[in-house]
Amino acid sequence: MPWFAAAAFCLTVAGLYVGFFMAPTDAQQGDGYRIIFLHVPVSWMSMFIYVVMAFWAAVGLIFNSRLSAMMASALAPTGAMFAFLSLWTGALWGKPMWGTWWVWDARLTSELILLFLYMGFMALQSAIDDQRRADKAGAVLALVGVVNIPVIYFSVQWWNTLHQGASVSLTQAPSMATIMLIGMLLMALAAWMYTIAVALMRVRCIILEREYRTAWVNDLKEIRQ
Amino acid sequence: MNWTNPNEFFAMGGYATYVWGSVGVTVLVLYAECLFLLKRRKTALAHVKRDAALGAEDSK
Repeated sequence: MPWFAAAAFCLTVAGLYVGFFMAPTDAQQGDGYRIIFLHVPVSWMSMFIYVVMAFWAAVGLIFNSRLSAMMASALAPTGAMFAFLSLWTGALWGKPMWGTWWVWDARLTSELILLFLYMGFMALQSAIDDQRRADKAGAVLALVGVVNIPVIYFSVQWWNTLHQGASVSLTQAPSMATIMLIGMLLMALAAWMYTIAVALMRVRCIILEREYRTAWVNDLKEIRQ
Repeated sequence: MNWTNPNEFFAMGGYATYVWGSVGVTVLVLYAECLFLLKRRKTALAHVKRDAALGAEDSK
């Protein structure tokens, strides 16, 4: 876990250096485009985290394993935070480039729904006292909400949106300068490492909170000293 | 190198509010999340310790 945190830190420094010092000024958007180095990684992450969360929720539901449900709950706050940051940085980018903070565009609206899904998941889990039932209810919500992910991803193709199409895809060469791409990918990797570190840290807290009566928790060296 | 002096860097070609507004809020939110997590861990550990101490007393 400290390794992931350290990796996240180093990658962020490297990514910001590439993004803010090496990458050239954009021909159309000037230096305003530099928001991309935050906006794209946090948006990707907000979607990935949801998929991973739904995966753990499904595992927990099918095999009735406690740790998978804890993993799902550990991911939700970080996912919500990234969804919020995606909307925030998007608004600050939209204002100078599109002339508006917000439009009810398919991409933006579906990302907002994602934020509400995360918040709904957390609210539902904390509203039910019985932990096992809370896990199950949350898992069902997470699984239903996963249909929103392809909607977000493909929204720019399915509808005529103000949001631009994907700059990076698996099938085509990316439509951006290599140095910009490197900066963005470094930041995306940093976001991954950050998420892994934080989610593992949070799942440890959840285990302590839920399993505090078990002998093995009482035998941990953090407790005995 | 794009910037000839620090002022130019902080001005971000006139987009300072937007660029630094994004960076600032992102850093703030990530930092807050880490702080909350550390606090949560402390509280959880203290809770387990208290519970364990009570349990040890009961079994005496």
